[in-house]
Amino acid sequence: MNIQTTRTRTAAETALIDTFAARLPDLPGDKAVIAKRREAIAALEARGLPNRKVEAWHYTDLRRLLTTVPAFDADADAVAVAPLLEGSTVLSILNGKAGKAQPVEGVTIVSAAEKMADGIFAPALQPATDDDAVGAINAAFAADGWFLDIADGAAPATPIEIQSAQAGGQVHTRLAARVGEGAKATVVERHVGTGDALASSVTNIVVGDDAELRWLIVQEQPVGATQLGQFNAWIGKNAKLTLFIMNLGGRLVRQEIRVDAKGEGGEFTLRGVNLLAGSTHCDVTMVLDHSAFGTKSTEVIRNIVTDKAEGAFQGQIRVAQQAQKTDAKMACNTLLLSDEGGFSVKPELEIFADDVVCGHGATVAEIDRNSLFYLMARGIEEKTARGLLVKAFLAEVIEGLEDEPIVEALEAKLDGWFAEHG
Amino acid sequence: MLEIRNLHARIAETGTEIIRGLNLTVKDGEVAAIMGPNGSGKSTLSYVLAGRDDYEVTEGEILYNGGSILDLDPAERAAKGIFLAFQYPMEIPGVASMEFLKVAMNSQRKARGEEPLKVPEFLKRVREATASLSIDMAMLKRPLNVGFSGGEKKRAEILQMKLLEPKLCVLDETDSGLDIDALKIVAGGVNALRAPDRAIVVITHYQRLLEYIVPDSVHVLYKGQVVKSGDKGLAIELEANGYAGVIEEAA
Ligand SMILES: Nc1ncnc2c1ncn2[C@@H]1O[C@H](COP(=O)(O)OP(=O)(O)OP(=O)(O)O)[C@@H](O)[C@H]1O
Ligand SMILES: [Mg+2]
Repeated sequence: MNIQTTRTRTAAETALIDTFAARLPDLPGDKAVIAKRREAIAALEARGLPNRKVEAWHYTDLRRLLTTVPAFDADADAVAVAPLLEGSTVLSILNGKAGKAQPVEGVTIVSAAEKMADGIFAPALQPATDDDAVGAINAAFAADGWFLDIADGAAPATPIEIQSAQAGGQVHTRLAARVGEGAKATVVERHVGTGDALASSVTNIVVGDDAELRWLIVQEQPVGATQLGQFNAWIGKNAKLTLFIMNLGGRLVRQEIRVDAKGEGGEFTLRGVNLLAGSTHCDVTMVLDHSAFGTKSTEVIRNIVTDKAEGAFQGQIRVAQQAQKTDAKMACNTLLLSDEGGFSVKPELEIFADDVVCGHGATVAEIDRNSLFYLMARGIEEKTARGLLVKAFLAEVIEGLEDEPIVEALEAKLDGWFAEHG
Repeated sequence: MLEIRNLHARIAETGTEIIRGLNLTVKDGEVAAIMGPNGSGKSTLSYVLAGRDDYEVTEGEILYNGGSILDLDPAERAAKGIFLAFQYPMEIPGVASMEFLKVAMNSQRKARGEEPLKVPEFLKRVREATASLSIDMAMLKRPLNVGFSGGEKKRAEILQMKLLEPKLCVLDETDSGLDIDALKIVAGGVNALRAPDRAIVVITHYQRLLEYIVPDSVHVLYKGQVVKSGDKGLAIELEANGYAGVIEEAA
């Protein structure tokens, strides 16, 4: 007998399992997709939600932290917001349902609901591992989203923003992009809302050879919402993927990143900014595979923790035996602004190649008293002085994106957050 | 302007007393020089004046224009016109120099109930001040003090002082690290600020600076007390004979 089958179900587990049958008739997908959904919910039924004994969930005991699962609310009135970057083409997802497709030159855009009925979609719903609770919940309930097929050599003139807006209830979205050979694009994945929703979102990306993709995940859910995100990507030969993540909201947030640099000379850059306030719990967990020769990666995560917020970053880098000349650098720095908050960091390197450069570093610090005194001695009020120092700490990560409109838009988000929580 | 009475201050963390019953009066328009051996408490005094919370005042009083400043935080003191040019200015990565200057000037204006400076006016003032101190504007494109040479940092302190137009200027060893030409420029900058309603306290080890910024009074600090005061002749005497005589006399 297996331990998991004997434990009592939590209210959240029960709610997920019980609502599935009622929800299923309204979910899109062909027969194989429906079968995958059933499989996912059966796995959830058998294993339950992961607790802290499951290594990948050590810092986020989902079983304990996911206390309630709101009912679906078909009539929830989600409202779209202005795009992060001016002039973006916006593909909206309101209350979990994709809006009207917008034309973008060189990009074929199809809703996820439509994709799920194409007869070949089902395998994409397979969770990554047995412990992949985000993948399983999303596979069971994903209702809609957007699929982008960016043609070889295409370079859309404007950024694309995929915006999921919720107004309570549950929203489960699926996003995907194929970036053709030599194509170049910027995509913003935005999670906003007004309700205490349970949101899950899985994004699958294939970056073709020589392509360059910049993908920005900006999560600004309200304080009562739960956001379970997963970003999966495969990077082709000499291709570049830059993933920027900004978490500035939510009650319970888990953002998973699974990236495989599988083509020779592929490059991955992760820049993350986590702004944690109130009683937010935010976990960013990355598993990065260097599986080809001469691949490069840089991960820079900066966190601000105030009030009673808690956060974690788990960064696992695996270098396969054939991935000689891998160059991987990971850093996670946290600024603690209150005694009650906390941030845990777990770097992990698994290296099977012998000719590689891999490094990681982590720091947790408070605002430098000397710098604070210096600024105040010039007449800058304490609150403003702290704000300047905190912004200085984050600025580097954002400025590293080296694109003025993007940097300005993200810094405006920072300012907004500080105005509320600084 | 400034009246320090029987001041006792200790390091907050360890409780070690550094300032031990210090008395000092500086009048409006006066330039006072403070000299004294290493470790006598000169910088500590300057920090206590500026309100650094690493130090605790346990006894005595600091009166600024007749009112106690002990309950004010550093920003409030600065807004009232107290300025400290640091012996070791801090490097603050990520904070742009220009942004810092603008925020500092406008914070003080706000505290005094004045309108913020418009950008062109701000730029004009910075341009004029940098020119008068022979500072290259390009230096201000860098983060605050980051990578500035020792002398550049000292000059940048004087630039801030010029822009903020304080009433009580405390210069902690502004001369150390400056070459002869820079020393003259900085002294010129300080002298330009001499005014009947402004007092300047110059902390220095060297008579040379006092040839350029001629003090009205000279005070010797030793073990946290002013052990001797005099006119500029005292500085010349110290330069010739060292502190031994003065210290013996006081003991
Ligand atoms: N925060 C501190 N922690 C420990 N010791 C301190 C601290 N601040 C000052 N001191 C000690 O207090 C004494 C006075 O220091 P201070 O820097 O005021 O001297 P000073 O007169 O400015 O010397 P100098 O001429 O070398 O600049 C020294 O012995 C110094 O080590
Ligand atoms: Mg000193």
